[in-house]
Amino acid sequence: MDFVLNFPFFSIMICMLAALSTFMLGKRAAAVVAKAAVFITLILSIVLTVYLHECGESFVYMMGHFPAPWGNEIRAGELEGIMAVFTCVISLLSLTAGSASIRNEIDESKQNLYYLITCLMEASLLALIYTNDIFTGYVFIEINTIAGCGLIMIKNSGRAIASAIRYMVVSLVGSGLFLIGTTLMYSVTGHLLMENIHESVMGLVADGSYDVTLTVITALMTVGLSIKSGLFPFHLWIPDAYSRSVAPSSSMLSGMVSKGYIFLLIKIIYRVIGFDVYKASGVFNIIFIAGIAAMIMGSVSAIRSKYLRRMTAYSSVSQIGYIFMGIGIANDAGAVAAIFHIITHGLTKSLLFLAASSFTGKKEDIKISDLKGMGHKYPLSAATFTAAALSIVGFPLFAGFVAKMLLANASFTEGWKMYAAISAIAVSTILNVVYFFRCIINLYAYGGFDGKDENNGTLDLKSDTLIVTGYERAIHAVSISALAVLNICIGVAPKLLSDIITKGLNVFD
Amino acid sequence: MFEQIYDHFNDIIAAILFVIGFSNLLFQKNLIKKIIGLNIMDVAIFLLLASQGYISGRLAPILTDGSENAATYINPIPSGLVLTGIVVSVSVTALMLSMTIRLYRKYKTLDLDEILMKVSEESKVEDSSDTIVKISDDKDGQEREGVK
Repeated sequence: MDFVLNFPFFSIMICMLAALSTFMLGKRAAAVVAKAAVFITLILSIVLTVYLHECGESFVYMMGHFPAPWGNEIRAGELEGIMAVFTCVISLLSLTAGSASIRNEIDESKQNLYYLITCLMEASLLALIYTNDIFTGYVFIEINTIAGCGLIMIKNSGRAIASAIRYMVVSLVGSGLFLIGTTLMYSVTGHLLMENIHESVMGLVADGSYDVTLTVITALMTVGLSIKSGLFPFHLWIPDAYSRSVAPSSSMLSGMVSKGYIFLLIKIIYRVIGFDVYKASGVFNIIFIAGIAAMIMGSVSAIRSKYLRRMTAYSSVSQIGYIFMGIGIANDAGAVAAIFHIITHGLTKSLLFLAASSFTGKKEDIKISDLKGMGHKYPLSAATFTAAALSIVGFPLFAGFVAKMLLANASFTEGWKMYAAISAIAVSTILNVVYFFRCIINLYAYGGFDGKDENNGTLDLKSDTLIVTGYERAIHAVSISALAVLNICIGVAPKLLSDIITKGLNVFD
Repeated sequence: MFEQIYDHFNDIIAAILFVIGFSNLLFQKNLIKKIIGLNIMDVAIFLLLASQGYISGRLAPILTDGSENAATYINPIPSGLVLTGIVVSVSVTALMLSMTIRLYRKYKTLDLDEILMKVSEESKVEDSSDTIVKISDDKDGQEREGVK
């Protein structure tokens, strides 16, 4: 057995151990430990993905000493590998770019706990990605929820806690529904491992028994996970939660936390219930329509909001709609497009939040009309913000364009869904242009800024803005540029990423 | 019909409890009642889960009287899952309660609607006033808290 096969387990454990140790360390040491742990995990995940890409297979890794029907397992293929790389990139760059916000906006005695929460979040996301056991999936969903709640409420303002409590209430309903689904699944199949459940489900479908129960299970799991990822009718907690926490929190929450649940849903569709059974239940159509509604309604709410980060949060609602629409198209190309969009949207949205942190400074949020002149004051932040906005709008050469193109292509073979999907993409793109170009025009407008730039960097030193050291300014600049460059790289050469996703999805069952 | 109800007695009770808990969690305004609703919901799921593994007339799978025949014991896996679920539920409840305490200290009420109203008023005040006014407001708040 190759040593590389241990890497999924190692990466989960490294993050867990880092989380445990940061709680005893001071804030500086905690920052170093957390970043090092995520960086090592990133390297391990890249090595694993390259290895799996070359051999083109997936493997199952036994946890503990009990074999298949009883024990617990980890499974890794290319798709899991690339998702792990993606979450590590987002959390590492959020931590580095957000170090000034973390130091300024969080109580000094609690800063090490922020790194604890981040490591816990990373560990639980990796476990959600790699797990092959549906109940372990449930446990890590809950850990993920608790860590997400910590990310929101770390700022210790009444508003942040109130939004955290709303987030918790909605998420707990979602995980309750998912747990009932798991329970019913166990009672009809008698298994918890994904492959064994899949075999039993195939047997049940062949017999024709328990068909109503299977539909109920499908619906419960789908609704539970879509509540947690903030699909349209359940999105009301998103704008508060994303706009009231510190910048790195918003970037991680929107970039990867909600995506972990969507990935688990895709895993359940393909590996647990089975694509054909899922399609026969008709739940795909509901996801599709909810996704389209989210695309339009999210954009409309974003146009109506006057604040920058709130608008960005509403834009997340509409982008999650794109992802669910991709899944709802109900073919393999749609799933590939959805996973592609998970990655591009994660990179883009975290870039938007991190770049916006230099405009907002210490304030929680900033009016879009107050952005005037910021583009001349913070040239790099404004440039990367513009790049990310163009990517979300779907401008060619940026990753968002490829994602939208893949989504549109996937819908071509699907009859009525083609008309719905393409017109929804068109309408939503126009709405995206309306609200993002309002920001860009304000950013580069003259008037708010007198032209004297004493700081010459991305962040400045005035009292109502962040207090930033030279190192923090440099690392903020490097991180947001890295995100922008990654975005353009994917936009210019999307073949590698889409190949990995397609091949990963092919070995998924 | 009555036989069916008798056979699925646990499941029916679990479903009723789940609906009670679920609606309390979503529709109660009081935060403590919300948390109680959350706990009822969790208990309902655990009842459903535990009753899946129970086979009437059999024992808990602990080897005391030396019988190694699997037919004398119930299925232990759901019980194990319930234990895990209880741990999760306890930690979530603790987190919710700690947030409730913090909100109560800040806003002096447990009513979530009232809290959200105060929160949105807070944001409006911040919009209309400039930085200097905000700082003096904060000082007033601290003094008032100190007096109390």
